[in-house]
Amino acid sequence: MPAPVKLGTLLLLSGALAISACKTKPPKELPPEPGAPTSSTDTGQLGAAVPGSQADFVQIMAGQDTIYFDTDRYDIDSGDQAALAKQAQWLARYPAKRATVEGHSDERGTREYNIALGERRANAAKNYLVSLGVDPSRLSTVSYGKERPVALGSDQQAWAQNRRAVTVTID
Amino acid sequence: MTKCFTTPRFTLALMLALAGAPLAAQDAPVTGTPAPQPTAQGAVEGDDGGLTGSVSDENEWQDLGIAITTFATDRDVPTQTNAGSTAQLGQAISQVIASDLKNNGLFKPTGPAGLPQPTLPQVQMPDYASWSGRGADMLVQGYVKAGADGQLTVGCYLYDISLTRQLIKGGWQFAASDWRRAAHKCSDLIYSRLSGESPFFDSKIAYIAETGPKGRRMKRLAIMDSDGANHRYLTSGQAMALTPRYSPDYSKILYLSYLNGQPSIYSYDLATDRQTLIARTGNPTLAPRWSPDGKWVLYSMARGGTTDIYRISAAGGGTPQKLTNGPGINIGGSYSPDGSKIVYESDQSGSQQVYVMNADGTGQRRISFFGGRAATPEWSPRGDQIAFTHIAGDLRVAVMNPNGGGMRHLTNSWQDEAPTWSPNGRIIQFFRTAKGSGQASIWQVDLTGRNERRLPTPVGASDPAWGPIRP
Repeated sequence: MPAPVKLGTLLLLSGALAISACKTKPPKELPPEPGAPTSSTDTGQLGAAVPGSQADFVQIMAGQDTIYFDTDRYDIDSGDQAALAKQAQWLARYPAKRATVEGHSDERGTREYNIALGERRANAAKNYLVSLGVDPSRLSTVSYGKERPVALGSDQQAWAQNRRAVTVTID
Repeated sequence: MTKCFTTPRFTLALMLALAGAPLAAQDAPVTGTPAPQPTAQGAVEGDDGGLTGSVSDENEWQDLGIAITTFATDRDVPTQTNAGSTAQLGQAISQVIASDLKNNGLFKPTGPAGLPQPTLPQVQMPDYASWSGRGADMLVQGYVKAGADGQLTVGCYLYDISLTRQLIKGGWQFAASDWRRAAHKCSDLIYSRLSGESPFFDSKIAYIAETGPKGRRMKRLAIMDSDGANHRYLTSGQAMALTPRYSPDYSKILYLSYLNGQPSIYSYDLATDRQTLIARTGNPTLAPRWSPDGKWVLYSMARGGTTDIYRISAAGGGTPQKLTNGPGINIGGSYSPDGSKIVYESDQSGSQQVYVMNADGTGQRRISFFGGRAATPEWSPRGDQIAFTHIAGDLRVAVMNPNGGGMRHLTNSWQDEAPTWSPNGRIIQFFRTAKGSGQASIWQVDLTGRNERRLPTPVGASDPAWGPIRP
């Protein structure tokens, strides 16, 4: 399992070293966490998160609860692997916790296909978590296709943020 | 909630027993049916090159000037309609007919405002000379009568002014609440007689009503008549609803709901307002489709990153039959009118493309090879065309022959998708999404690519599913 220190460093530097971590995925120009909520479960208040809660998960992941995909793709690249490893660490610390991986697409596709594509992305993330030792019975997937965008624009940057799989732990 | 969808107490199209001109020009009407019967169905089956033949008949009938007068009545009495008394209803019916024709770019209708109102006897004895003086080519007249039981009887007559002859007539009985159907039946009668096409006005549309901001939009199942009237919401919006499909007999709607968190196909029974899961699979199911005879249902099921198409009996029971077997995403499916083939979408080649297979899953082959991606194929009820979403940068509605040839765009906008056919295969509805806001609206365009217009819906609208002509 990758060392958390290294991951944290990477995260801190990611703004400056945009080319460093990501192999294929288009780097988001904005760090994902400020402003927009990262998933459909809005966990609200920072600071006093109960250890092992979804709020705690969101806080500790610091944006790494979400992985991003290229157009029409669902492969897990090196940046995604780091994020999923961090998620797996947290899940290992709280073995009673279950989680749902939500798959999403951008708006530039047809509705039904995008639901299937989101399912495929969520499934890819789930499979990678399982490969890191998370019991598959703790993980479920759901796809929202293009119906739940997190970035509301109609441009490349927004679409890159919407092609995502978000891990949400169940309180 | 009042139920709008009562079983139509519609006595089958009594041909009016009338003295008067014999229907010399009529195309051999089947007894008890007012409109000429569709003849196109199946006629082009196997004719994959039929594109030009099916759209080039943009001929002079489109330019016919049609005068539509206020329907007369024997007694001006109150009715149980929202239109008012029988006299008011007569005017409302004429207005619906004029709107039907005008909104679809059919003919050049005038009236009922500004035209003389015929008396009841004049309905069957038009003054041809005076109408000729007004420059009308065709004249539509009719009457409405209220029965003691609240039933309405509506008669509809089409006259050719220059030939001084009645071309066709029809009559129907409807419950008061269904009065607009009488107007649509009259529109269908006129349209079919003059164009030679099958009727389409008396039909309904299921769709998804959308409200709220882009990131949290509420999506509800809704229905309406083909002209947007008699709108009704079927679901509350608590669970996201998508991709409805009317059963061929209008008794049920299959649609995708997130009711229990996981996207699953439910069958909504319109008589009881009850909903049932169509298959308990433990996996997400989506993209529901009916066979033309209503006996089979297709659904797609996602599992382990792949999606495949299954067929089950619409009556329930039996083991689902898996029609595709990966790789990738195989989804959707639309039957040919004779039920022998299914056109569907697959990304097994690396991107979404359109494939055809036999109804039992054999003989799968790709038909789209014109560049870009091709999605959401829908077989025309006439059999000669497949409508689909062409994705090449923008999303556009297009048609092709069943062999993949003759691809033609019908729309050119930022994002048009999910075409659905009118019952006669002459018009396509689809939904258009606005760049930025993501606002969705239902539009229609005819097979020639003309007469594009937005349908009136109370809120945002997507995923139109046009049902068949009503009996």
